[in-house]
Amino acid sequence: MTRLPDFHAARWDEPVVMELGRPGGRGQHFPAPEDEVRASVGVDLIPEGMARTDRPDLPEITEFEAQRHYLHLSQMTLGMMGVSLFGTCTMKYNSKTAEFATLRPELAAVHPYQHPDTLQGVLQIFHDMDGMLRSLSGMDQFIFQPGGGADAAYTMACMARAYWADRGMLGQRTEMVTSVQAHPCNPATAAAAGFRVVNLPLEENGYPSLDALKAAVGDRTALIMINNPDDMGIYNPEIREWVRIAREAGALCFYDHANFNGVMGKLSARELGFDACMFMLHKTFGAPKAGGGPAVGAFGCTEELAGYLPTPVVVKSGDRYTLDDDRPKSMGKIREFWGNVPQVVKAYAWTRAMGADGIELGADISVVTNNYMDKRLSEIPGLAISNPDVSARRMEMTRWSLGPIAEETGIGTVDFANRMADYGIDPWWMSHEPWIVAEPFTPEPGELWSKEDIDLWIDVLAKICEEARSDPEMVRSAPHSQAIAQVRGDAFEDPAKWAMTWRAWKRKQAGADQVERGVA
Amino acid sequence: MAGERRAHPWMASSAPGALEVMLKEIGAASVDDVFEQIPKNHFRSTPLDLPPALTSEIELRRDLVGKLRKNADCEDNLSFLGAGVWQHHVPAIVDEIVGRTEFATNVWGSYQSDHGRNQAWFEFNSQLGALLNLDVVQLPVYSWGCAIGHAIRMAARITGRTRVLVPALSDPERLSVIRTYCQPSGMDGHIEVVSLAADPTSGRLDVGDLAARLGDDVAAVYFENPSYLGTIETGAAEIARLARAAGAETIVGVDPASLGVIRAPGDYGADIVTGPVQPLGVHMHCGGGAGGFIASRDEEHYVRAYNGFLVSVVETREPGQLGFGLACPHQNSYGMREDANDWTGNSTYLWAIAAAVYMSLLGPEGFRELGTLIVSRARYAARLLGNIDGVRIVWPDTTFKEFVVNFDDTGRTVAEINDALRARGIFGGKDISGEAGGLGQSALYCVTEVHTAADIRRLAGTLTEVLR
Repeated sequence: MTRLPDFHAARWDEPVVMELGRPGGRGQHFPAPEDEVRASVGVDLIPEGMARTDRPDLPEITEFEAQRHYLHLSQMTLGMMGVSLFGTCTMKYNSKTAEFATLRPELAAVHPYQHPDTLQGVLQIFHDMDGMLRSLSGMDQFIFQPGGGADAAYTMACMARAYWADRGMLGQRTEMVTSVQAHPCNPATAAAAGFRVVNLPLEENGYPSLDALKAAVGDRTALIMINNPDDMGIYNPEIREWVRIAREAGALCFYDHANFNGVMGKLSARELGFDACMFMLHKTFGAPKAGGGPAVGAFGCTEELAGYLPTPVVVKSGDRYTLDDDRPKSMGKIREFWGNVPQVVKAYAWTRAMGADGIELGADISVVTNNYMDKRLSEIPGLAISNPDVSARRMEMTRWSLGPIAEETGIGTVDFANRMADYGIDPWWMSHEPWIVAEPFTPEPGELWSKEDIDLWIDVLAKICEEARSDPEMVRSAPHSQAIAQVRGDAFEDPAKWAMTWRAWKRKQAGADQVERGVA
Repeated sequence: MAGERRAHPWMASSAPGALEVMLKEIGAASVDDVFEQIPKNHFRSTPLDLPPALTSEIELRRDLVGKLRKNADCEDNLSFLGAGVWQHHVPAIVDEIVGRTEFATNVWGSYQSDHGRNQAWFEFNSQLGALLNLDVVQLPVYSWGCAIGHAIRMAARITGRTRVLVPALSDPERLSVIRTYCQPSGMDGHIEVVSLAADPTSGRLDVGDLAARLGDDVAAVYFENPSYLGTIETGAAEIARLARAAGAETIVGVDPASLGVIRAPGDYGADIVTGPVQPLGVHMHCGGGAGGFIASRDEEHYVRAYNGFLVSVVETREPGQLGFGLACPHQNSYGMREDANDWTGNSTYLWAIAAAVYMSLLGPEGFRELGTLIVSRARYAARLLGNIDGVRIVWPDTTFKEFVVNFDDTGRTVAEINDALRARGIFGGKDISGEAGGLGQSALYCVTEVHTAADIRRLAGTLTEVLR
C-alpha cells in the first residue's frame, strides 16, 4: 500500500460575513452623480412610499476583508484538489486558457441583443460547436439554451409537447416511459412538463426487459427518455430494439447522454435510432461544474424535430452567422437568451484541444481505468459489485456496494464519504434515488486521473474498511481533519430550527434563548 | 521513441505504456476487450469528422481569442442595452473569487469538505435576504424567467388554483419562459396565464383591471418593480393587498441593484420574490451570466413548496461551531423523482458566490450610492434624450434605470437609428417596436453606474446628429 497523505484541511474558523466589519466600513465607493446631473434632475427621485427608509443589514467591511474572507472560504472547499472520482459527473481538467479567454471583454462585456454583425465571433463558436456535436451524435441541429442536463431533459419533454400538439394529439400522447434507474431529472422534468411517468423495473441483467417495454409503450406514449450505459456501468445491448419498438408505437426517443464518456466517438445516437439527445458540456466536454452550474445541456435533434426547438438557433448563411428567431413551430423559450455562453466556449475549447483522436482515446482510457478499479476493488473484503450476475467488463463507471461491510461494522457509505476527506480525497458519489444496492458508491476515474491517483483512492478506501472494523466510532464521527466537525442533521426538517438566512438564524436563536429563560 | 503517440496534457494515462500496464492487470489483450458489452453492430459506422486537434495551448489560445475578437463589445462601444442583461460594474475581487479553482471545479462533496462553498452560498442567501427583508432565499435557478416560472408553480401548489395574472407589458423573453413553465392548455397541470392591463399614462399596473380579474381561481398575481419597461411600481402595496384579499399569492420580480433606494419587497406585502442575479457582480457574458433567485417568508407552507436547494445554517458535533447543509432535502427531484416539486439539477450556483462577494463589498452604503447614481443618471439621460426634436420619453420621471424612448415623430425606425448609432460606436437601446403595448417605434434604453454624464451627453449629441 502507498503511504497515505497526512492531510488536514484549512481551518480558518471563519465567521459568517454578516458578523464581520464595523459601522461605516466600506468595500466599494460609487461616484456621486455629476453636478450637471443633480442640477438637471434634483434629488429624492424615488416616488413617495417606494423609497427605502431602512438600512439593509449587510456587512460593512473593507475590500481586503472581503477578499480575505472569500479566499478563506475557497481554501475550505476541497473542490477536486484531492482525487475526485465522482461518478456520474466525469471529473475533468478545466482548462484555464479557456477560462481566461471567456473573461476577456470580447465575451464578458458582450450583450445578447447586440446586432449580429457585432457578435460574429461568439456565433461562429456556437456554430462550430454545433457542428462538432453533430459529428459526435449524428443529429442535425444543436442548441445550447438549456442550463444543465435536467434543463435539457425538460427541453425534450417540452419539445414532445410541441410535436404532439402540432399533430393534434397532445390529449392522447400523455405518457413518458423510462426506467427506474434513469437519472431523476428525466421523470421529474417530464412530470413538470405535464406527462404521466411510467417507470420500468429492472431485470437481473440490469435493464428492463423488452417485454416490459412492449407492455408499456403504445398510443398513449409521447416519448421515452433513456440513458445507456447506466450508472452500474451496464450497457443495454437491446437498445436498438428498444428504440425500434418505441418508434413503432409512435413515441419520440430521447437519449440522455450523461454517461457519454466511455462511448465518445464509439456510438452515434442517430445510428442507434434516437430522435434527440443531450450532452453535458460541464461534464463530458471539460467545462467546469462550478459547484452546480452555470452548466450546459446541449440539446440535439433530427431535422424532423428541429422546427420545435427553442429559439434562437444559430445559422450560417454564406460567410455570416445569424440568429434565427423566425421558427413558427418553436416550443418557446426554455430560458432567456441563448445559454451559458462562456461554458459553451470552454466546451468548444475542450473539443478542439482533444480532437477526434484525443476524444476516442479518452473513452478508451475511461473504460480501461474503470476496469482496473473494478479489479482492485473486488479484492477488498467487504465490498460487493452491483448486479453480480453481470460478468462482462463494465463501462466507464461501476456502482459498488458497502453492504457486506456495513452489515459487519455498522459503517455505511455516508460515514465512508465523510472519512475520505480526512485523507484529502474528495468524498464519493453514492447513488441517485432509488438506491438499488445497499450503501452504494459509484467511482468514475475518467481520463484525467493517473494510475497513482486511482491507487491512492483505492488505498484510502481499503484503509477506511480496516478502520471500520477496528474503530467504527472514529469513522462514524468523522471527519476529524476538516474545516469543521460533522454537521448535525437535526435542523434540516425542523421549521423551528432551519435557518436559510442569517436573519432567520438570529431570530430563531433569540426565540430559543427566550424559551430557555422561560419568557415564551 | 519514434512512432509512439505524444501524451496529451489532460490525460495522465495517455503516456506511452500507461494504458498497457492496466490492461495487463485486468487480463485484457487489447482496448477492444473492455468494450465487450457493446454489440458490434452498435458501433458507429463512420469516423468522427472534427477539425484538427489544437493540443498546444498556444494554438488553442490563438484560436479562441482570434474568434472572440470578431465580436464588438460594450467596453469599446458605448452600450445602452438592458432588458434582462445589464451592464453593471463587476469589482475585480469578484472575478478573483469566482475564478478560484476550488469554487470553479467542485461538484458535490460532504458538508465538511465543501464547507467554505456552502458558507459562501449561505452568505448569498443571507445578504440577499437582508436586501429583500425576507427570511428564506433559495439558491438561484437558471434565470429570472425560470425563477418566475417556479414561483408561479409554487403558488399553484400552495393555493390549488390554476390561473396567474401577469402584466401585459412583460418582457417577451421572460413571458415565453413563463408560458413554457405553465404548460400548454389541455394538459393536466396547465396554469392559465392572463394579461393585466397597464395604465397608459405611467406604465404601471392598472389596479382597476387587476381588481376585475381577481377571483377564487387566481393562484398568483405577478408584477415587477421596477417593471420591464423601467417604471417604479408605486401601487405595489395596493396590488399585494388586493391579491391577498382574493386568496392569491403576490409574486414580485425585483432588480437587486435597486434595493438600496427602493423599498424591500418584504415590506410591501410580497409573498414570493424573484429577480435576476446578474446585476450582483456577474458579467453579461452575452446572456450567459443569467441566474434567478426565489425568496419568501419563513413559513412552512412556502418552504415546503420550493423546488431546489435550501441551504441552512446548523450546528456541528463541536459545541458552538456552525456548518451548512441542505434543508428539506426530501422535496426536490433528486430524492422524489416525478413526485418532486418541479425539478432541480445543475443551476447557476457559482453566480451565488459572485453575488455574495459583490453584496459584501457594497454593504448598505454601497447599495444606497449605487441606486442613487443609477436613478440620477437614468433620469438625466431621459431628460437629454427627451429634449431632442421628435424624440419622446414615453413615461418621464418614473424610471429606475430603464426607460422607453419613442421615435415615431422622427419618421425613422429604431432599426435605422440603431444602425446609425452603431456606426458611431454606440449600441442604442433594445428595439421594442412590435412588442406588446403598441408603443410604436420605441427603444428601451438602460443607464447604469457605468455611464457617466459625458457618456450620456455623447449619446444625446450623436442621436441629435443621426436624426438631423
